[in-house]
Amino acid sequence: MRESASVLRLHKDASFHEADALAEKNLLRDVRPHGKDAPSLNGQDIRLDRLSKSFGNRSVLSDLDLVIPAGQLLAIVGRSGCGKSTLLRLIAGLDRPTSGTIAIGGAEVQSLQPNVRLLFQDARLLPWHRVLSNVGIARTKGWQETAAAALADVGLDDRSNDWPAVLSGGQAQRVALARALVSRPGVLLLDEPFGALDALTRMEMHRLLERIWREHGFTTVLITHDVAEAVALADRVLVIRDGGITLDLPVDLPRPRREGADTAAVALQARILEEV
Amino acid sequence: MVGPSHLHGTGAAALRTLASWALPIVLLIAWEIASRSGVLSTRLLPAPSAVAAAFWESLRNGTLLTHATISTERALKGLFIGGGIGFVLGVLAGVSRPAEIVFDSSMQMLRNVPHLAIIPLVILWFGIGEEAKIFLVAIGTAFPLYLNTFHGIRTVDPKLIEMARVYGLGPVPLFWRVILPGAMPSILVGLRFSLGLMWLTLIVAETISASSGIGYMTMNAREFLQTDVVVLGIIVYALLGKLADFITRLLEARALAWHPTYRRTVTRGATS
Repeated sequence: MRESASVLRLHKDASFHEADALAEKNLLRDVRPHGKDAPSLNGQDIRLDRLSKSFGNRSVLSDLDLVIPAGQLLAIVGRSGCGKSTLLRLIAGLDRPTSGTIAIGGAEVQSLQPNVRLLFQDARLLPWHRVLSNVGIARTKGWQETAAAALADVGLDDRSNDWPAVLSGGQAQRVALARALVSRPGVLLLDEPFGALDALTRMEMHRLLERIWREHGFTTVLITHDVAEAVALADRVLVIRDGGITLDLPVDLPRPRREGADTAAVALQARILEEV
Repeated sequence: MVGPSHLHGTGAAALRTLASWALPIVLLIAWEIASRSGVLSTRLLPAPSAVAAAFWESLRNGTLLTHATISTERALKGLFIGGGIGFVLGVLAGVSRPAEIVFDSSMQMLRNVPHLAIIPLVILWFGIGEEAKIFLVAIGTAFPLYLNTFHGIRTVDPKLIEMARVYGLGPVPLFWRVILPGAMPSILVGLRFSLGLMWLTLIVAETISASSGIGYMTMNAREFLQTDVVVLGIIVYALLGKLADFITRLLEARALAWHPTYRRTVTRGATS
């Protein structure tokens, strides 16, 4: 607890810090249970059925079966080129599977879905739009208000009129997160979104993501090669190797989590590393 | 607009401006002396004071303004027609493969024809009327805008386009909010090239066949050995070119306000 509080204190925005600490206090009493059976506020379940994807002769994913319950925070760990990014693109509807099906909230994924949002490794903000316009990129009715609210949610409401070029890497990723939250998605997909950030900013982003996930209750799939990050955030960790799932491990640690000296977490990390 | 903390910077900038003007001023004085002492024949090159007098005279009797207006009008008409066609074709070829297949190789072939080489043909087609000059300017300005618009659209970051698709942007918002702004730096480079060619083409066209315009004014003056008017015409062309360049810079500062390279001009413009 002391350690995560010191991370939060690094944050310049005092009101954000207080709000976060407050949320943490309430959540410590565990308003809703954690773990894979967590009921969701508006999350949608994801079902993969005998999913395969190959590029030419090269098979990337083969016969994958997976059920992700609504509201779960799932981390997928694997070496680069193991097919984890491909899996995410398939769930997002950016690519079509070679065979098998994906269903989100019971409906089969045929193309891009409005209830699924994807956070990329780079923030991919439009440099010619100010921060607020970037968050409200879909320009739905009343987008200014919803975008401003989403920005406040990630603690960047004071930057709404800035150009993306002046933001730091962590701030840009927070804007990208706000952009994903605007439409209140049922599923949030994260493709190594914190990989390019420094260690302190990354921990800050972990706390932010955990808080927002608990508030919104969306189903989350996090792709990462950082085992510590997976254990720090996820309800459940999958290891993918050679196109198949080699480990499916529940992470039953209390939330909010602290990073570092936790023997249970370290044991889990060691277990995952064996499989990667 | 500039706070007290910038005073030092403003002083240094003034000194720089003064230094950059020193050489032309010295040259001008030397030229004046050479003319007055008879070293330089006024038949070949008039004294700067004579040019200034010619400027004042033509301004007073209105001929300069009339000719400059006519030239500018021709230049802009040609630019709107030619640049417009270049831009539209560039956009079409940029966003659609079939359009690229239809236009691009023809455009690449045509752009290698020096457009001034077709002057004899243009005179045969249009005579020496307005159409001939506007046509030539249009041909000259179409290609830079076509090439740079096409190139700009093709080099928009595909990651941004993918992001926009994930966030549900349809083809029309995708074009207006992602593709066109992304291509804008390149399009504006094309516009600057076009503006340069616009004046160049017009000078040649007006010198060869015209009964009005700055080019006509200078050619007419040559017949009467009014070298001061000839030099004046050249200066007016230079000024018009400079003005066009200045307007493009303003346009760039506005359209590319987001671009780190243009940020300095922009924040000043935005806060004022």
